[in-house]
Amino acid sequence: MGDILRAEGLNKSFGGIKATDDLHLAVATNELHAIIGPNGAGKTTLIGQLSGLQYPDTGTIYYKDRDITRLPAHRRAPLGIARSFQITSLVMEMSVIDNIALALQAKSGHSFRFFRPARSEKALRDGAMALLERVGLGAKAHMPTVALSHGEHRNMEIAIALGAQAELMLLDEPMAGLGAEESLQMVELLQSIKGQHSILLIEHDMDAVFALADRISVLVYGHIIATGTPDEIRSNEAVQHAYLGEE
Amino acid sequence: MERISRQDWIAIIVLALLAVLPPLFLSMGQSFWMDLATRLVILAIAASSLNLVLGYGGLVSFGHAAFVGLGAYAVGIPAHHWLYGGMDPIATTNGFVQIGLAVGVCALFALVTGLICLRTRGVYFIMITMAFAQMVYYGIVSIEEYGGDDGLVIDSRSEFPGISLDDPLQLYLLAWASLVVVVVLVRMIVNSRFGMVLKGGKGNEQRMATLGFNIYAYRLVAYVISGAICGYAGALLGNFTTFISPEMMDWGRSGELMFMVILGGAATLAGPILGATVFIVLEEALSSWTVYWHLPFGLFLILVVLYVRGGLTGLLSGKKED
Ligand SMILES: Nc1ncnc2c1ncn2[C@@H]1O[C@H](COP(=O)(O)OP(=O)(O)OP(=O)(O)O)[C@@H](O)[C@H]1O
Ligand SMILES: [Mg+2]
Repeated sequence: MGDILRAEGLNKSFGGIKATDDLHLAVATNELHAIIGPNGAGKTTLIGQLSGLQYPDTGTIYYKDRDITRLPAHRRAPLGIARSFQITSLVMEMSVIDNIALALQAKSGHSFRFFRPARSEKALRDGAMALLERVGLGAKAHMPTVALSHGEHRNMEIAIALGAQAELMLLDEPMAGLGAEESLQMVELLQSIKGQHSILLIEHDMDAVFALADRISVLVYGHIIATGTPDEIRSNEAVQHAYLGEE
Repeated sequence: MERISRQDWIAIIVLALLAVLPPLFLSMGQSFWMDLATRLVILAIAASSLNLVLGYGGLVSFGHAAFVGLGAYAVGIPAHHWLYGGMDPIATTNGFVQIGLAVGVCALFALVTGLICLRTRGVYFIMITMAFAQMVYYGIVSIEEYGGDDGLVIDSRSEFPGISLDDPLQLYLLAWASLVVVVVLVRMIVNSRFGMVLKGGKGNEQRMATLGFNIYAYRLVAYVISGAICGYAGALLGNFTTFISPEMMDWGRSGELMFMVILGGAATLAGPILGATVFIVLEEALSSWTVYWHLPFGLFLILVVLYVRGGLTGLLSGKKED
């Protein structure tokens, strides 16, 4: 199997705040690896560095043993890395289906094509529709994205991540702000794709994390203090002290 | 083809009116309105080119008048040398050569400046596009041979086989047909794969990068296309006024183009045409009514920009599309 992603000795500071502190992480191929940690632990900053929207101050990131530390985001996506955003990041003024079709368009040939209407490309439209149906948004495909609810935006985020057909999916709190019912659906969805992609999942919902994850890493003050199976993490004293024990 | 939307219909109706009314005025001996319409149609082409980057790409270029000016000088300079000698390789009144020069020079200028400008965002982009335009302005001012500050008279208009631009009707019809071609071209581009990426980048750059699109490259290409079209409009404008001066590239001119786009409705096909029409007609009407026309005109523009979402096209179609 081996590791699809390795981060070695990542450091990143914002002014005086050390958001990432000598961070080591390995995601095995096709595992679902969860990252938990208190607010402000540096989870989103880590995803930022892995996806290429931010760069570490020092340290190295390997994807399939290739150094991608300084590769910009738009060049990581073609390698098979996709991410979703904790704070919904969609093209609000476009329709729902256009947003998803763009993800597919990025994957099929180049886009320096100026004449044929993109909306007449059957493969893109049908593919986008299928993804929307999968996340329960088929009926809203042609609505403006801005008109959808928060929960629906979360589902669009996932549909886009799925549309990227990525080998490695970086999911930043896909359940953030979802109701109980919607969260359950999201867990089901993640369960259904588990094992087909390598997934790095950031999530505050402990029930979801312990139900889904093959392995869990605990991030505190930018540093990973423990990595292990859900059982190992549950019984880890340092973790209990730093994080779980507060319950 | 895609379905024809309400906004497309507005563009079609306005273009149809522009095809019929000005020649009608001319036949009634009202050459003044014909002149106005010619200027308006040419500026609508320039505004449409700006709309491609400003409206659909979200790139607020404050320097598009430079392309208009460069396009006009690409007609004026060869015509000047054709009459007075010198610079033999470009001394000509051949319209194809002049227009090729206008489009080529502007595309190149857009490429070189775009490479730099597009690395900046927001207010910095506005400022740096303006700075480059001012550079061209002062560049032309400093060239004695082409009249410097005083400008340059184009003694002989561009020559094409079979048509004479000295005839106001033929010049108008050429400008009108060009506008139609540009509108169709812009519509095709913004609905293509390329256009989807351009619009996506306007809405959410970070998302587009994460999907794997190098937004910078797409914007650069859009900027070059826009500059080339705008240069073409400049070549027409030079043929229309037959007098060109650096004043054409003044930042105020760039601002006027921006106003036309926003007034008519950014990111709509009809917007730049409606905007140019209302701008030119209103400017004319108000300035003949009072010397203080700038004030009511400015207030009107500000009101539209503030309170009418989607500009005049949004007002007419009842909703704003992408
Ligand atoms: N662009 C930035 N500039 C300055 N400080 C930042 C920036 N981004 C993050 N930080 C700081 O870095 C730390 C880590 O932030 P980050 O968003 O990565 O945490 P997180 O674990 O994702 O938190 P949450 O659970 O709230 O999403 C925080 O203290 C935050 O304030
Ligand atoms: Mg976060």
